[in-house]
Amino acid sequence: MKAATLPTQRPRDAKLLIVDAAGGIAHAPRLQLAEHLQPGDLLVANDAATLPASLRGVHGPSRTTIEVRLAGRRSLAVDDVREFTAIVFGAGDHHTRTEDRVAPPPLRAGDALMLGPLRATVLRTLAHPRLVALRFDGTPDAIWAGIARHGKPIQYAHLAEPLALWDVWTQVAALPVAFEPPSAGFVLDWALLGALKRRGIGFATLTHAAGISSTGDAALDARLPFDEPYHLSAATVQAIARTQAMGSRVVALGTTVTRALEHAAARSGGMRAGDGLADQRIVAGTPLRIVDAIVSGTHEPGTSHYELLRAFASDAVLRRASAALDRHGYRTHEFGDSVLIERRSAIGGLLARHHRLDARDDVFDRGVLGHAGAAADLTVEHVGLFARDD
Amino acid sequence: MDTSLNTLRVAITGGTSGLGLALVKALRRRGAQVAFVARDATRVAAVARQIEGSHGIAGDVSWKLETHALAIQISAALGGLDVLVNNASSLGPVPLAPLADTDCEDLEAALATNLIGPFRLTKALLGALSAAAREGRPALVVNITSDAAVNAYAGWGAYGASKAALLHLSRIWDEELREHGVRVIAVDPGDMDTPLHALALPDADPAALKRPDDAAREIVDLIATHVAAAEVNA
Repeated sequence: MKAATLPTQRPRDAKLLIVDAAGGIAHAPRLQLAEHLQPGDLLVANDAATLPASLRGVHGPSRTTIEVRLAGRRSLAVDDVREFTAIVFGAGDHHTRTEDRVAPPPLRAGDALMLGPLRATVLRTLAHPRLVALRFDGTPDAIWAGIARHGKPIQYAHLAEPLALWDVWTQVAALPVAFEPPSAGFVLDWALLGALKRRGIGFATLTHAAGISSTGDAALDARLPFDEPYHLSAATVQAIARTQAMGSRVVALGTTVTRALEHAAARSGGMRAGDGLADQRIVAGTPLRIVDAIVSGTHEPGTSHYELLRAFASDAVLRRASAALDRHGYRTHEFGDSVLIERRSAIGGLLARHHRLDARDDVFDRGVLGHAGAAADLTVEHVGLFARDD
Repeated sequence: MDTSLNTLRVAITGGTSGLGLALVKALRRRGAQVAFVARDATRVAAVARQIEGSHGIAGDVSWKLETHALAIQISAALGGLDVLVNNASSLGPVPLAPLADTDCEDLEAALATNLIGPFRLTKALLGALSAAAREGRPALVVNITSDAAVNAYAGWGAYGASKAALLHLSRIWDEELREHGVRVIAVDPGDMDTPLHALALPDADPAALKRPDDAAREIVDLIATHVAAAEVNA
């Protein structure tokens, strides 16, 4: 897939590849996302705002220029902002691919880091020369001011122009706790939220501190995603319970939402409102207790995001989906196109419903009028209703 | 009405003088969690020290590049946001001038502070406000306007035009955001004895003007009414 190299959250021509529960693949304009969800569905988004988590500065002992990328925090509490996990690079910036970045000077506990108006101390290295725990000096208000005013959004070489926070905040961005944008949420705008309401599709949010997606180091990348704190509101837990009671689907907008919801569901006593720390990996074979479908960016095999998709669909289906993404010129990375993947064990499937429509059998589906326009735009690539080749 | 606003999270721009300062004080007295923004870092620090439990943020709402930093600092100070009061205002040319004598730059400055700044900050904080609404909390934007937004007062062109635009922006935004649980209202606090009024009309008799504390109390009561309504709906 080719990289999306412009920071446009909602290009008019963005595409949506749809994989239904039976492994059938279809294509649609992403602008029509609401029409490819069903009345009664609940779309759950991550409302974390993205921190300007890249902090330039100087390593005290060596007087060397460094870039510190904040990458983790133990909680979402706004006054618990002194200690972070961080990845440290040597001189240079995002124009250099992360895998080619200069290593930082040797980092030791007690080293001072001068990061613009912020001053931090290395607490310890975390079993890797680039990964440290650090602590900022000052009051929470002063630390927030320093990060807000000195930091820049973390970015990678495929985007040449410097990103501003408005490039990486979703339209629902609220508490600033994400280290990189929960970019599946770039599809959202207020017109879409209105369209969901009119179609009888619920919308709920959780807050999840989406972590760093790449470190440029294979050993560190293998440890991703790091533990990520999240918060689930009572309203969202209730909305999920209502949706499940009606037999409707919970659709996660992004991998972070999936990770948080499935972590919460796996706790003893089941999902409840409050704070949690998502520390699990979702991979092929991970049972999905809550999430029936995911809307996500397009991901290349080998990334932790792609691994998560293997919990939704078989490798054979994902291979066909990847081939279709390539063939149809889908764009990848955070400003790229999207996929909607229905969990394979879910009953029925999007295409099955569209086929009913084609038969003009509107007794089956009260959403028939809403689906009609969408169905006309669908190009059915594989009618995989029985083609379970895994 | 004197209900506690204990858990209410409120941000106020222009919080170190006039109506803004009176609002910070009044809201803290009612127990609300308060963050305020103003340009002069020294005054911000002094007011934050003076009003216990308030969070002072030095920044300029008219400057685009500060918008998201302000949004981060506000959300982080309060752990979210229920009420945003866009109060910071610019008079335009000082002394007041007929429109024909108003420099374009003075009109632009008035629009930047009185219209575009509130638009940007509200947009950057809309995620936080709508998150509050989804949790059944009140979510409210209060835009401070003026009778100069409605009446054509000679000499008040830059200010009046910018406040008229803010008033109309508030009405349209309220129509659009109501279905998402966020309300946007415009409030005309009346002619007050404030530094801004003294800049505009230096010879006015302060005794004939409304006290900012009285205007602040009315606005806090209005906010409390919205809080009560949100609790009934939730």
